[in-house]
Amino acid sequence: MSRRIVVTGMGIIAPNGHGLDAYETALRNGTSGIRFQPLLEELKFGCRVAGVPENVDGLSQKYFTEEQLMAMNSNIKFAGIAAIDAWVDAGFEVPAEDSDEVFWDTGAIVGTGIGGMDTTGERLVPLTDSGKSRRLGSTIVEQVMGSGISAKIAGLLALGNQVTTNSCACSTGTEAIIEAMYRIQSGRAKRMLAGGSEAASQYTWAGFDAMRVLNRNFNDAPEKASRPMSASAAGFIPGSGAGVLMLESLESALERNARIYAEILGGAINCGGHRMGGSMTAPNPTSVQRCIRDALRESGINGNDVDAVNGHLTATFADPYEFNNWQKALDVSIDKFPLTNATKSLVGHGLGAAGGLEMVACVLQVYKGFVHGSVNCEDLHEKLQPYAASIVQKTRETSELDILAKASFGFGDVNACLLIKKWRG
Amino acid sequence: MTQDEVFGKVVEILSKYSKSDLPADKINMETSILDDLKINSARLVDIVLDFEDVFDIEVDDDDADSVITVGDGVKLIVSKL
Repeated sequence: MSRRIVVTGMGIIAPNGHGLDAYETALRNGTSGIRFQPLLEELKFGCRVAGVPENVDGLSQKYFTEEQLMAMNSNIKFAGIAAIDAWVDAGFEVPAEDSDEVFWDTGAIVGTGIGGMDTTGERLVPLTDSGKSRRLGSTIVEQVMGSGISAKIAGLLALGNQVTTNSCACSTGTEAIIEAMYRIQSGRAKRMLAGGSEAASQYTWAGFDAMRVLNRNFNDAPEKASRPMSASAAGFIPGSGAGVLMLESLESALERNARIYAEILGGAINCGGHRMGGSMTAPNPTSVQRCIRDALRESGINGNDVDAVNGHLTATFADPYEFNNWQKALDVSIDKFPLTNATKSLVGHGLGAAGGLEMVACVLQVYKGFVHGSVNCEDLHEKLQPYAASIVQKTRETSELDILAKASFGFGDVNACLLIKKWRG
Repeated sequence: MTQDEVFGKVVEILSKYSKSDLPADKINMETSILDDLKINSARLVDIVLDFEDVFDIEVDDDDADSVITVGDGVKLIVSKL
């Protein structure tokens, strides 16, 4: 039998809270992290609200040295803060920079969807185009390279196993966790930091605004702007931040008497091939259903074992299709559909960070026994009315939350689904 | 600007990049930028850019490559003032 995998640490820097306590409180209370962004107004964006973590400069002074900060854009700061927090939460000390100890059994798969666009937009392009590339100095490459976030994490924590950054648009964070699970299951690592991170940058969001997939109708009411499952949903709200989990073999966790938050039962990753109704930007429903079914099979459970679903649910036209796909894949009747929520209603759509931000919410819910409310769906979408009893609008305490399913879907027609289970010792 | 004043400003620039605990009063003209101050070698290009900005000079690549110690940097700057 392959190795069992558990979660032994978590780190979160989200638009509505930094740290597990603040995040849990925000989730329980329905506190939104979506705020008006004056810069987006100045730049004439259609959507002028976004989810951006607060006090990042202040936190960065605490977490990083001046020398480190010279080469850290917002994406790398988010990923670094969440990774350090997950590391410490798992019971480890941040190693000294001049120590020669390397953690050969620990790696990191921390992904990003778009990457260091602030560095590209504010420094790389203007200096290069004005003939001043020499003035870029030595810190540009490490900030714009695809693997910039995982590379920095490796240096902060002296990681010696696989260290990489995956990227598959909005399913990045969830894919990272599944890939990390595979790495430990195959015996190639004892522990992996895994999750996703995304910068807060107008350059990251501009293309989405141009596609008209961001909600432009709530610029004067930011906290109401992210509206998954709502009849008045008109696009997603961009988010940012990072969520990182420490995955560990059960054997290693028990050996060092680590606190266990939850077990990762299994997961699946696939792509719809841009066929059968799928495209670069729309999911092939057959592939979504296959992905969920594969994850169930890998986890050795049935659809009716699932107690809660944390959906991808972005607040676009796709939300009702997503319910249809879950219902078919889980093979449960609508009246038996699991409790469902959308973390994006509170933090926006973190793109490559989404899976990380949302998985931390999922594990907290399973560990503490609650399902956080999805805000802004009081005017439930017509096609979701039949599911009304399953859609959690006000946070519910429940001792019966045992198995939770999380899925993320992304541009490129890619899907990832993960199942976690309450750890009962 | 005297050599001592240049030295003071060079030490200030280097301190941003240094990962060493060496106290500022122990730094002298012979101190090695990479070995003693434990500065990542990639950052030498940033240090040379700082020299150019702070002292309003231009440093070509060959001159930049010749900077090994604090004194190398100070003498290079003084020669261009």
